[in-house]
Amino acid sequence: MSTPTTARTPARRPDSRLDVRKTYKLYIGGAFPRSESGRSYAVHSAPAARRAPRFLANAAQGSRKDVRDAVVAARGAFAGWAGATAYNRGQVLYRVAEVMEGRAEQLAAEVADAEGLTPARAQVVVSAAVDRWVWYAGWTDKLAQVLGGLNPVAGPYFDLSAPEPTGVVGILAPQGSTLLGLVSVIAPAICSGNTVVVATSEARPLPAVTLAECLATSDVPGGVVNLVTGRSVELAPTLASHRDINAIDLAGAADAVGVAWGDLEAAAADNLKRVLRPAGTGPAAVEPDWDDDPGLTRVRAFLETKTVWHPKGR
Amino acid sequence: MGKLEYAPAPESRAVVDLQASYGLFIGGEFVEGQGGSTFTTISPATEEVLAEVTEGSAADVDRAVRAARAAYRGMWGRMSGADRGKYLFRIARIMQERARELAVLETLDNGKPIKESRDVDVPLAAAHFFYHAGWADKLGYAGLGPSPRPVGVVGQVIPWNFPLLMLAWKIAPALACGNTVVLKPAETTPLTALLFAEICQQADLPAGVVNIVTGAGATGQALVEHPGIDKVAFTGSTSVGRQIARSIAGTRKRATLELGGKAANIVYDDAPIDQAVEGIVTGIFFNQGHVCCAGSRLLVQESVADEVVRRLKRRLETLRVGDPLDKNTDLGAINSAAQLERIRELTDIGEREGAERWSPACDLPSRGFWFPPTVFTGVAQAHTIAQQEVFGPVLSVLTFRTPQEAVAKANNTPYGLSAGVWSEKGSLILWTADQLRAGVVWANTFNRFDPTSPFGGYKESGYGREGGRHGLEGYVTTGGHP
Repeated sequence: MSTPTTARTPARRPDSRLDVRKTYKLYIGGAFPRSESGRSYAVHSAPAARRAPRFLANAAQGSRKDVRDAVVAARGAFAGWAGATAYNRGQVLYRVAEVMEGRAEQLAAEVADAEGLTPARAQVVVSAAVDRWVWYAGWTDKLAQVLGGLNPVAGPYFDLSAPEPTGVVGILAPQGSTLLGLVSVIAPAICSGNTVVVATSEARPLPAVTLAECLATSDVPGGVVNLVTGRSVELAPTLASHRDINAIDLAGAADAVGVAWGDLEAAAADNLKRVLRPAGTGPAAVEPDWDDDPGLTRVRAFLETKTVWHPKGR
Repeated sequence: MGKLEYAPAPESRAVVDLQASYGLFIGGEFVEGQGGSTFTTISPATEEVLAEVTEGSAADVDRAVRAARAAYRGMWGRMSGADRGKYLFRIARIMQERARELAVLETLDNGKPIKESRDVDVPLAAAHFFYHAGWADKLGYAGLGPSPRPVGVVGQVIPWNFPLLMLAWKIAPALACGNTVVLKPAETTPLTALLFAEICQQADLPAGVVNIVTGAGATGQALVEHPGIDKVAFTGSTSVGRQIARSIAGTRKRATLELGGKAANIVYDDAPIDQAVEGIVTGIFFNQGHVCCAGSRLLVQESVADEVVRRLKRRLETLRVGDPLDKNTDLGAINSAAQLERIRELTDIGEREGAERWSPACDLPSRGFWFPPTVFTGVAQAHTIAQQEVFGPVLSVLTFRTPQEAVAKANNTPYGLSAGVWSEKGSLILWTADQLRAGVVWANTFNRFDPTSPFGGYKESGYGREGGRHGLEGYVTTGGHP
């Protein structure tokens, strides 16, 4: 009987270990489902410095029904999120920044692939995205003081105006800036208490899914942020025409395939959604420079002002 | 059956790691004092010596002010608001992480019930840093004027009643606005400030931005009078506040002063009585009445006065006085022998002047400094206990017939820090609030504090506000005429 030879696995160098790849899914109501439609689409890296685009992953191709499910989740989360104290929302949003910082390496790798950036540039972008969360986390308990106040009416009345979130906001996320741009449209909407349904960048959806994982592990209640990957031409009109969405951000109409923002605005008029138009002049939509000081424009766009009168007297 | 008995529920001291002696925190590290003198800080509940603390000399104060100036001229002064904010966020987070340790240490050194240090002082202090962290890069939005700039080096002197919370009220806005500070904690309660210094180290706060110099009145005076500071922020008695206002007269130093009070707590006849009684208790017995905004004058409408006093006394029978570290304790120890003496003196005067004194039956510990909850009825406006701040668990009850009389009596004081109003009628509450010359008016609640809500007094209760958007004003300069 001959000695059996054991099949020897060649020792791998650590960097050649076969990696375990991630399934990129939707983020709805705090869970990560696949599209109810069962569809997916191939996502490739952006061409960068003589490197040809390569296959990255199959992203879920969200459907109109997925958007509607996401709206239900967002509406369900609204009362709790808007009703939380501003201090509590600030703590939760700051926690998002902490978790993103911990995942900076992963986010930077995905941003580099998605946007065709050098690793160094991608790190700068991720840092800016983390800092932007911190900026908005600090706004939660200051908005009412900056945007509200006592009205000196000519009569014996106490008269106070204060901002309130407008409700569920549909967001067409920027097509180009996959993380800094994405954060720059989500954070201003939710810091005041809105909940959001986001149609992510069509061609570059992967960093958004990792951001969703940060949100899911940051005490952000499920349903406050919902992310749907897929075709803008399918998702955007559903957001614009949905009767239970109160406002829509059209930032991502710039460079979105098959999308005319004027049509979306017209559809939004049906239930008088508040519309934040894309940057640009005339019919042209351009993606803004997300490095610029954000100011308060995007926060203001999704606020109502409530004024309360009360008589004074013996 | 008697009142419910509670088993002892002491909070463990094990979380606190006391050192035998503490130096001063100057330029980012603990250093020995140059004067060579020290003093001890004790637990007012047991008179146990907790630690030896350095008595900061004028030379120490000078060294601290120089360190603060160097930090202001250096890295801190040039830092972006966003980065200053990040340091404050770090401090807030570390305070949250070490909350239990801070709470136990505060209770040991101050004598206040652990449930108050744990649920009020420490969470509010952390929240104060969190709130101001957000302001650091948003000052341009605060409506203070164009391009707000820091004032410079701030000398801060704080009292013993809320040691860590007062530190937070002082340091958080100062740093958010870009100033550097030298802070002197109270003589009897320096320990949480020294632990805070360690927190600054854990946060890698640049050296010299925060300096803590322990000591008594002379140390504070050396700080206030040091020519190298640009602003004084003081919380304490009106008499010391007046001295500070005099001492900075003719200089270019600015000041914010948060001083004494003699708050009226007005109960109208339509008030929800049980809720009002709870509010009266909170108003005067929270923190043993060592509260500048305490509702020390109960003004109750004549038609309900008997009922309110009857229910109040019944409620006071259930207050638990004793070991501050016990989680069921409502009233802890009086902070010092000197304060206990002052409370005794003023209450004796109250009796001599003809007011009727009442306390529930309660066993006070034999060691430490203790005073039972005390109510004076039949108090007239001219009585000493209706005029002077007792700063202890002592309530004076006066009556009124009409809203105008209530307001007249409430305003009949040189103080103007706070007031309370109890009524089911909103319009009456708002009318009353309009008439009151007080910086904070609580309606159907009392002793509420929040980092977003400005706090501070009218008249001889001082000037300036702390907290909220308005609290930033004291720590910035802006363009325009001075």
